[in-house]
Amino acid sequence: MSQFFTLSVLTATLATAIKFAVPYLLASLGETIGQRSGVLNLGVDGIMLLGAFGAYYTVLETDSHLLGLAVGLIIGLLMGLLYAVVTVFLHAQQGISGIGIFLFGLGFSDLLFQELVGSVKPVKPLPTLDKLPGVGGIFEPLVDIDILGPLVFDHDLMTYTAFLLVPVVTWLLNKTTFGMNVRAVGENPQAADSLGVSVARTRFIAIMFGCVLAGLAGATLALQLAVFQHNLTNGIGFIAVALVYFGAWQPRWVMAGALLYGLVTATRLRWQSLDIIPQGASDIAAMTPAIITILALVLLASRARGPAALTKPFTRH
Amino acid sequence: MRVTRLLKLMAVLFAISLTAAACGGDDDSASVTTSECGSDLGVEKGDSVTDLSVALVAPSAADDVAFTQSMVDSLTRLGIEPQITDGTFVVEEAAAAIRGYAEDGVNIVIAHGTQYGGSLAEIAPDFPETSFIWGTATDTQGLANVFAYHPEADQGGYVNGYIAAGLAGDIGVVGPVEAGDAVAYVEGFAKGAQANGASAPSIVYTGSFSDVALATTTAQAHADNGVGALTGTSQSAVGAVTVATANDLPWFGTQSNTEAWSTDLTVASQVYHWDVVLKDMIEQIEGGTLGGEAMSLTLENGGLVMEFNGCYDLDSDIRDAAEGVIEDIIAGEISTK
Repeated sequence: MSQFFTLSVLTATLATAIKFAVPYLLASLGETIGQRSGVLNLGVDGIMLLGAFGAYYTVLETDSHLLGLAVGLIIGLLMGLLYAVVTVFLHAQQGISGIGIFLFGLGFSDLLFQELVGSVKPVKPLPTLDKLPGVGGIFEPLVDIDILGPLVFDHDLMTYTAFLLVPVVTWLLNKTTFGMNVRAVGENPQAADSLGVSVARTRFIAIMFGCVLAGLAGATLALQLAVFQHNLTNGIGFIAVALVYFGAWQPRWVMAGALLYGLVTATRLRWQSLDIIPQGASDIAAMTPAIITILALVLLASRARGPAALTKPFTRH
Repeated sequence: MRVTRLLKLMAVLFAISLTAAACGGDDDSASVTTSECGSDLGVEKGDSVTDLSVALVAPSAADDVAFTQSMVDSLTRLGIEPQITDGTFVVEEAAAAIRGYAEDGVNIVIAHGTQYGGSLAEIAPDFPETSFIWGTATDTQGLANVFAYHPEADQGGYVNGYIAAGLAGDIGVVGPVEAGDAVAYVEGFAKGAQANGASAPSIVYTGSFSDVALATTTAQAHADNGVGALTGTSQSAVGAVTVATANDLPWFGTQSNTEAWSTDLTVASQVYHWDVVLKDMIEQIEGGTLGGEAMSLTLENGGLVMEFNGCYDLDSDIRDAAEGVIEDIIAGEISTK
C-alpha cells in the first residue's frame, strides 16, 4: 500500500481520474439540461456511439481532429432532433424511446464501422497541450512542473472544454431566461404554459443541448482512445444518466460524481498494477466503481428531489 | 555404371535437401514465422478442404484482430467461406443463432466462445445430424456431436514473456477477464519473463473483454509506473497498443497478429491457427464421426505460431534465444504451466 501513497503515483492517479471523467462529464452535463426540462434520455449511450464513430471515421479519412469533433457534434444534433420529435411532439414514452435510440446507435454505429472501415485501425489521439501544433512549445515547460504539470497542463483541449462547461451550464440554468424556462417546464409544465412559456420549444432546445453534448462526449472518447470498435462506450452513457441523479441535477455535483467515478476506477486499476489488489480479486475490483456509484446514489440521491415533471410528456388541455 | 548413376542420384537428392534446408532457415518451422516489413497481413484463401456447409457464431467482431478474427482467418486458410454471426456477446443471441443454423441444415456449426457451452448442451442433442465445434473448451460435455478445441496459450505467452524480459526488466500486462486462454497466456507470459531474469510482471485484469477505455487506462498506469514493455489480450487490447505506441514501448500480441495495430512496436505475436485442429475435425466429420473429441493448439502441432514482426529490429541474440525456447517447449524440456 505504501507504494501508492507516493507523490508521483498519487499525482498520476489523479491525472488519470481527470482524463477518465471527461466523457462522463460531457454526457451527464447535457443530460442534466434535458432532465431539468423534464425529459429523461436513456439513449445517451447510443448517441455517444454514433458521435464516436462519426468523429473516428472523419479523423481516419481527413486526419483533422477539429473536423472529427464537429462531426460528432452534428451527429448529436441530428439525433437530438429525432429524439425531440419522438418525445416532445409525438409524446412517446421517454424510457422506451430512449432505449430505442440506444439500440439504434449501438447497431448502426457497428454497421457503419463494418461497412466503411472493416478492421480496427488506430488514429492519432487528441493532442495534449504540449503537443498542439504550432503552440505546443509554449506549454512544454508547464507540463514538467511537479504535481501541477500532470494534473493541470497534461490534458487535451476537450478536457478543459468539459470542465469549463460546468460553470457555463450552471449559469445557463440559473441566470438566463432560457434556464428559468427549462426549470419551469421541468417542475410544472402546465403552470409554465399558462404563463406563456412554450413547453415544447423549451424541451426541444434542452434535448438538443443534451444530445449535442452526448455526441461530443462520444467523439471525445473515440479521439482520446484513438480507436473505434463495436460498443466502444461500454455503458458510459448509462453511467452518465446515473451521475445526473447522483449530482442532484446540479452541474457542480454532477462534475463531482464524474470525478469520483473516474477516481475510483483509476485507483482500482492503479492498485491492481501495484499488486495492492491481489490477482484473484480482479472480478470484485472491477465491480468497485459501479458499487460505489450505487451506494452514493442510495445515500445522496434519496435526499435530493428531482424535477417534478421528469419523464412526464406534456399535453396542452 | 549402375553404381555411378546411383551415386549421382544420391548426390542430387542430397543437394536438393541441403538447399531446401538452407532456404527454410529459421522461418521454416511451422511454429515460427517472420512477417515481411510493410507486407499485407491479409490471409490468403486456401483450397477448400470440404464441401460441407459451415457457420460461425462468435462473440466479438469478425475483424477484431483478436479472438474472432483468428477463427475467420483459419477458415480462410482452409478455403471455407462460412456464414457468420458475430458480435454476439449476449449468450441468448448466440444460442438463437446456433440453433438457427442447425435448423437451416448447416452441416458444421462453430460456436466460438466458452460461454456458449451451456446453450450448446441444450441445442446439440436436438440436432444429432449436425456437428458442433466449440471452444475454447477442454471437453465436449459428453456430447457425441460436439468437438472441442482450446489453445495452450501459455506456450506462446511464455515465449513472449521470455523475449520481453530481454528488452525490459519491468513489464506490464493488460488482461481482460481472469478466465480461459487469457489467464493461460498471462500466466505463461509471467513465467517466461521471470525465467529470463525479469521481475514478476505487473498484471491487471480490467474485468472486460471489450472495454477499450479500461484497457487504455490500465496500460497508461503501467506506463506511468515505468514499465519497459507491454502485453495484453482480447479485442480491448487495442487501447493498450495505442498507449504502447504513444510511449514507445515494445508490444507483444496474442490470438491474432497485432501488427495491424502497431506496425513498428509489435515485437512478436502468438497467432492461433485453428485450421490445424479444424482440418482434423472436418476429416472426421466427413468420415461419419460428428464429435466426441477435444483437441488443442500447441507450438508442436503448428496450431500456435510465433509471428515475429519484420519491421521490429529485434536483437539477434534475443531472437535466437526465443527460438531455442520454442524448441525446448516443443521438446517438453520447458514447462510453461
